[in-house]
Amino acid sequence: MITLQFVYVVTGIVFAAFALLSARDRSNAKRFGNAAFWGLLAVSFLAGNQLGDFWNGILVLLLVAIAGLGALGRGKPRTTTTDERRAEADRHGNRLFWLALIIPATALIGTLLFKRLPAFFESRQVTLISLTMGVLLALAVAAAWLRPRPLVPLEEGRRLMDAVGWAAVLPQMLASLGAVFALAGVGDVIGEFARDVIPAGSLLGAVVAYGVGMALFTMIMGNAFAAFPVMAAAIGVPLLIQGYGGNPAVVCAIGMLAGFCGTLMTPMAANFNIVPAALLELRDRNGVIRAQILTALPLLAVNIALIYFLAW
Amino acid sequence: MLALLGIAVIVVGFVLRFNPLLVVVVSALVTGLGAGLDLVAIIEAFGKAFNESRYISIVWLVLPVIGLLERHGLQARARQVIANLRGATVGRLLIGYLLMRQITSALGLTSVAGHAQTVRPLVAPMAEAAAEQQTGTLDPDTRETVKAYSAATDNVGLFFGEDIFIAIGSILLMKGVLEQYGILLEPLQLSVWAIPTAIAAFIIHGARLWWLDRKLAQLRGPSAAP
Repeated sequence: MITLQFVYVVTGIVFAAFALLSARDRSNAKRFGNAAFWGLLAVSFLAGNQLGDFWNGILVLLLVAIAGLGALGRGKPRTTTTDERRAEADRHGNRLFWLALIIPATALIGTLLFKRLPAFFESRQVTLISLTMGVLLALAVAAAWLRPRPLVPLEEGRRLMDAVGWAAVLPQMLASLGAVFALAGVGDVIGEFARDVIPAGSLLGAVVAYGVGMALFTMIMGNAFAAFPVMAAAIGVPLLIQGYGGNPAVVCAIGMLAGFCGTLMTPMAANFNIVPAALLELRDRNGVIRAQILTALPLLAVNIALIYFLAW
Repeated sequence: MLALLGIAVIVVGFVLRFNPLLVVVVSALVTGLGAGLDLVAIIEAFGKAFNESRYISIVWLVLPVIGLLERHGLQARARQVIANLRGATVGRLLIGYLLMRQITSALGLTSVAGHAQTVRPLVAPMAEAAAEQQTGTLDPDTRETVKAYSAATDNVGLFFGEDIFIAIGSILLMKGVLEQYGILLEPLQLSVWAIPTAIAAFIIHGARLWWLDRKLAQLRGPSAAP
């Protein structure tokens, strides 16, 4: 049976290849820093379950030390020039788009199909499994059609990986920080604080505190999933639903979306805001957030108004 | 209250632009120590969570395919297609992408697009090509803005589309939380209430994209007009 473990092994092998190719890249003065960083990630993906909690923690500290000390450089594997790419684009035409669509198409078909084959695929993980299948299929088709030398796809992947750099693990790090926050009871303290600031007897005040609280706490935690149970327990359920008798579906569904407005405005939501800035090679790490703030703030106001008018 | 010190570390660390990985680890240590955990317990808790959330980082698997396609001219082709299209503007292109992203997300197809899968190889180069047509020559600041708007549009489309789908994680989370209070709701009852916000998001972000087009048109200036 194909499980999530299969996905992790494939990912681990790719990171191991990035590490080895980094180590022999003399154009990068910090090549051993890169090799160590991607190598540690390879270890995490290939052997994370065997390491145990403590050694996984040490592995994280080593990753952070490499990034924090600035030991991560940027390899420059040889790729095609702008002119060569234009010539390639003329030669291959729109077929390039079809090749690019293999991954999402396989992810889609696989998600729908593999669910029906629980004997062969771990049914809770079909999307990740079919995404991996899509990558392998796209590589196979590309190899047959474009005939690159064997190491070329990995070198091209490493070129992009080094462009992303340490930001690549930031989303995973923030998710782990969320677990420590939960262990320390951060949510309960925030919830108490939120209850204290609401003016007594004001429905509008309670709705505003709930909506703004969802957005603010989402900005701190980096995702609305962590904020929702806390704000629901502090204001949403006891005050808005049970106290004032609001429609629970409206209070929850639109409250969650108020949280999503917070996601648009925080560097803590790294996979949506910081990673694309690295991937698009923006000079300003917060450039994507800057482009989103003026959408997020009016939309937050709309969400608060929608709760106020639709829930009663 | 000591537990909140970790949040202060995050805020200060991000504002002072320390390396975010460093900020996250220091925040975890401060939070854990503030809550009375010992050092080993914090390292173990962090290591366990890191290992369990590895699935977040598997998106990087697509890079060898995207890199190979870039080498063979995918971005260049995306630019050519837009350059050959009369009347293509950044605003129209991104409004179209916003609508498509909202609709596909509402159907549960959230991983069909994304920053690595579609924005870097296709959407951003297309938007840049459109901006080049609109302004004549694209200065670095404007290019930066156009790329940032491309990523922003993907986020807005995803966030304010996905909750319309009944089997998405956040809907199931809400259902679970409400059940703890004895309130039983079907996913569909929750997901229909994501529709008003989805429409508002399209109008607000679409208006901003339309406004971006107007700003780009001004950049061209009267002298450069054909």
